[in-house]
Amino acid sequence: MSTMSRFSSLLLAAAGLLAASVAAAQQRGYGIGHKITDAQIAPWNIDIGGEDGKGLPPGKGSVAAGEKLYVQQCASCHGEFGEGNGRWPELMGGQGSLRGEDPRKTIGSFWPWAPTIFDYVRRTMPFTAPQSLDNDETYAVVAYLLHLNDLLPADAVLDAKSLTTLKMPNRDGFIAGDPRPDVKAQPCMKDCKTGPVKVLSDLAKSLGVTPTQKPKD
Amino acid sequence: MNTGRRGFFGRSLAAGGIAALAAQHPKIAAASGGLDGKPLEVPDWTKMLGPGVTAAPYGAPSEFEKDVVRRNVPWLTVSEQASINFTPLQDLDGIITPSGLCFERHHGGVPAIEPDLHRLVIHGMVRQPLIFTMSDLVRFPSVSRIHFLECPANGGMEWKGAQMAGVQFSHGMVHCCEWTGVRLSTLLEEAGVAPAAKWLLAEGADAAAMTRSIPLDKALDDVIVAYSQNGERIRPEQGYPLRLIVPGWEGNVQVKWLRRLKLGERPWQHREETSKYTDLMPDGKARQFTFVQEANSVITAPCPEKPLKAKGFCEIRGIAWSGRGKISRVDVSLDGGANWQTAELQTPVLDKCLTRFRLPSRWQGGPVFLQSRAIDETGYVQPTIEQLRQVRGVNSVYHKNSIHTWRVNQDGSVDNVQVL
Ligand code: HEC
Repeated sequence: MSTMSRFSSLLLAAAGLLAASVAAAQQRGYGIGHKITDAQIAPWNIDIGGEDGKGLPPGKGSVAAGEKLYVQQCASCHGEFGEGNGRWPELMGGQGSLRGEDPRKTIGSFWPWAPTIFDYVRRTMPFTAPQSLDNDETYAVVAYLLHLNDLLPADAVLDAKSLTTLKMPNRDGFIAGDPRPDVKAQPCMKDCKTGPVKVLSDLAKSLGVTPTQKPKD
Repeated sequence: MNTGRRGFFGRSLAAGGIAALAAQHPKIAAASGGLDGKPLEVPDWTKMLGPGVTAAPYGAPSEFEKDVVRRNVPWLTVSEQASINFTPLQDLDGIITPSGLCFERHHGGVPAIEPDLHRLVIHGMVRQPLIFTMSDLVRFPSVSRIHFLECPANGGMEWKGAQMAGVQFSHGMVHCCEWTGVRLSTLLEEAGVAPAAKWLLAEGADAAAMTRSIPLDKALDDVIVAYSQNGERIRPEQGYPLRLIVPGWEGNVQVKWLRRLKLGERPWQHREETSKYTDLMPDGKARQFTFVQEANSVITAPCPEKPLKAKGFCEIRGIAWSGRGKISRVDVSLDGGANWQTAELQTPVLDKCLTRFRLPSRWQGGPVFLQSRAIDETGYVQPTIEQLRQVRGVNSVYHKNSIHTWRVNQDGSVDNVQVL
């Protein structure tokens, strides 16, 4: 509802009881649902603004504390140095690879905003025990991830302020705003190509990477 | 029918043995079924009673359709909880995907949510933060719409070349269902959005606590907070009891297990809109917030899973869809894109919805290069893979909607190929 109409609702309310109830109905639409306070929402209100760090909690954690926690709770999947165990995601490296044939998109090479790491780790890592880390633990393990990516020294301590001011290497690597449609094809109907069909890629069958049609028992 | 079998049938029913009854399901007596010149036989199932109305309180497909299932690609992801499976498009007709066959994409597995305990919170830049129970939400004016829903990584395994020998895997990250729920705009009005709010964050209640930022313009336009899918409550793997339906936009923003909507001034820049679901271009920059699923189409019959079995008449069938609106035309080529014929569209053609197309044809036994090309009501024409690659290279992962080619071989088998 606009400020104008809310203002006029107030006028109506002043004019009499009936008008007041009409205004109340307008203000609360269908009147379905229940009021809730910020204090009540707090346990769910965990989102952090990636750009401005809005929502980052008080607390802090050191690279050293993060290393301990990482070895215990993260390294089994992400590798001792964030290199990724087997096919589990890697969390470091890849700088300079984004333009190459095999881009490696990691925290260090790709993520544009540091507070996003805090948000993600606190909401969903470790994978098998999400939302089990407290704020200090999250700061610590994020500090260690940044250290693994050469973005924090070994003796650093991370808090809301230092996380928000840390500039990620790929901060300017994103283009917001959708440039599509970026390909303008024409619906040619007749003789659109000449000569025999040129097959560019014909490996689908021989690659053998397609699962069979039998369902998994 | 011999009396011994009837006797057994009766006993197992008396014992309430549904499983035993299923095991006794009669098989066809004569395998040739009248195709060998001999007189037809009357099969067992015509000569005995079948199960009654209490046998299957919730029906399931025929036992003979057991191969019509979602399938995953084990090498694609290391974990089955942060993974994807694929809709068996080769086995489906029409435009509605049966709920149990809709592809699944989760980042933290499927939560088992008790609907009585589920809550939706709307807060942030609103006049009055509100919390809703499921029964609150069902009380609001409702709306039902049929929309496709596609993962932006659909086809993403084939940017560099044809790889998957089947339409289930080349195109199966799409489904189309009727969704019922309350308009998001209705809920936002209830909470009163502050004039300065421009975006909202949608968050799931799953182990990934999935979050995506959505522009307010779209939220107020046609987004639904849905509780039903194809007439019944949403399936657990599709977001039970509550999910967002964001018509025409990439699947990831249609947050499942929806628990929270927060209004704000700018996007949150969370992991799924920076590290993932961004399109890396050849210059090393990544496009962000590329929400819409551009027009796409694929032939589902024939396809690698459904080879041609006989020469002669053959109806070429497929599906087309566009996140920008209605499909206005689909053309089919039999010669790899040199010449095209316009296919028939099954009506009604709906907005941001799968559209079934078909073209009657004859197969003479020679190799054929089948393609389909969708055009939507904005005039957008589905491009070739080469046209896409020229602009976007091969590393963008997402939003590959190019014209697809099936080569029908001499023996009727069908291969996934890419042609110039
Ligand atoms: C059991 C294996 C496992 C453990 C243990 C684990 N993770 Fe993860 N992690 C994953 C998986 C799987 C993903 C990808 C999830 C997806 O794609 O949705 C992931 C993704 C991530 C990412 C995002 C990577 C990217 O580039 O997008 C970060 C950051 C991360 N984990 C940090 C951690 C931290 C910190 C810990 C320890 C506190 C941890 N993980 C423990 C399996 C694990």
